[in-house]
Amino acid sequence: MTIRGKAYIAGAFEHPLRKAPEKSVAQLHAECAKGALEDAGLGKDDVDGYFCAGDAPGMGPLSMADYMNLRLRHVDSTDTGGSSYLVHVAHAAEAIALGKCSVALITLAGRPRSEGMATGTAPRPGNPAQPDIQFEYPYGPTIVNMYAMCAMRHMYQYGTTSEQLAWIKVAASHHAQHNPHAMLRDVVTVKEVLDSPIVASPLHRLDCCVISDGGGALVVVAPEVMKSLGRPRVKLLGAGEAPKGQLGGDIDLIFSGARWSGPRAFAEAGVTPADIQYASIYDSFTITVLMQIEDLGFCEKGQGGRFVADGNLISGTGTLPFNTDGGGLCNNHPANRGGMTKVIEAVRQLRGEAHPAVQVKNCALALAQGTGGSLGTRHGSATLILERE
Amino acid sequence: MISVPDRTWPAPEPNPETKPYWEAAAEGRLLIRRCAACGRAHHYPRALCPFCFSDRTEWLAASGNGTLYSFSVMQRAPVPYAIAYVTLEEGPAMMSNLVDCDFDTIRIGMKVRAIFKPTEGGLKLPMFTPA
Repeated sequence: MTIRGKAYIAGAFEHPLRKAPEKSVAQLHAECAKGALEDAGLGKDDVDGYFCAGDAPGMGPLSMADYMNLRLRHVDSTDTGGSSYLVHVAHAAEAIALGKCSVALITLAGRPRSEGMATGTAPRPGNPAQPDIQFEYPYGPTIVNMYAMCAMRHMYQYGTTSEQLAWIKVAASHHAQHNPHAMLRDVVTVKEVLDSPIVASPLHRLDCCVISDGGGALVVVAPEVMKSLGRPRVKLLGAGEAPKGQLGGDIDLIFSGARWSGPRAFAEAGVTPADIQYASIYDSFTITVLMQIEDLGFCEKGQGGRFVADGNLISGTGTLPFNTDGGGLCNNHPANRGGMTKVIEAVRQLRGEAHPAVQVKNCALALAQGTGGSLGTRHGSATLILERE
Repeated sequence: MISVPDRTWPAPEPNPETKPYWEAAAEGRLLIRRCAACGRAHHYPRALCPFCFSDRTEWLAASGNGTLYSFSVMQRAPVPYAIAYVTLEEGPAMMSNLVDCDFDTIRIGMKVRAIFKPTEGGLKLPMFTPA
């Protein structure tokens, strides 16, 4: 059993707002749903499967399904943090392959910017029943210092430098200048990244993604539905998922779950990293990108610093064009969950609908990679491989 | 930069599975959990071994000696602090803080030893300082 060729992404929509104090979270979910369905050429009543993560307002999918008044025969509220939406695409394809639904809607929305959330810099108390919390929260773990410890270890073990990490932000900024919706549109230099203040050593402010309101949605459909729509066909070729934690105390911060989710997706798709023409790589921080690039096999473990340097991720000049919308580092990180926008930009590239300045020529094979949670403690990784048919 | 003594730490919330760990820490002793079936120590402590899933796990007094696996100095905080993973002599690594030291001298691979700092709730937290 495989999901190879069993499902298509027919609709994709990124909310244009980056700050939405005048809208409710439920409203943002529904606006994204409407946008993605219109993009697909489908209506609300065509939806028979609905996916959202645990942060959606209400219990799992129930409140949002009720708000939109959906009539469903399949729901899934798997939450693996920012990578949830890639997992949802894979699970939607599985459900479609089994005949459990034929039009799956996936939504994400949130307002951390309007709500003044200190996303990366404040420890989150969590639920006391979470088994790890009493052994971690008192010490002040934040999103940024946990990723910083990954970066520090990577530097120690492989000689990776802050300059090399900075190149990832520089590449993202080169792409963001062409995106009118991007939060940060100014092209930055390596020096500007290094001159920005340290948030948690060794990560600077410009190593960190933006905090934005908004959201996005995707519509995943069965092949027979796709044929009826007359839209460019983006076919799911392969998917992999893998949670990674502290391994019972055998902590290893130099790799992500992409080491496991990536090969599963490549095997199912029957392609190799060298075949990939465009890659959306989750970019909560620069180090996140570097680790996943290694783990997916675009270069050897430990060589990521050399690989990303000198503009190698910039579309048109580099060998691995990435995050051509500007990514989470410059464009958008809606609801602190960047997996949705990773899939959306991969769909744009495969349709030839990316900005002409960053569009990969004849882009027929793309990868979307997400991690969610924290690379420093426990996270979910998900990999999708998509093809233009 | 010297770690500022007026930093306070929130109290952990023990549960029946972990109470002995925190009771020992309050007395200045670091416990870890070891499996009598497979012989491996793990962290954080669990009733069921995360390696072989045996329920024959038991408390073991750790030496408190360890090696710094990684760290980060959180600069954007009311009082900057150094978070760390320390690999214990007994095998597993644990999250902690590095305290009572010049943050500029912290290096991965340095030898550290456990000390105990009071929390806002009266319990104590195992921390580490250069050995």
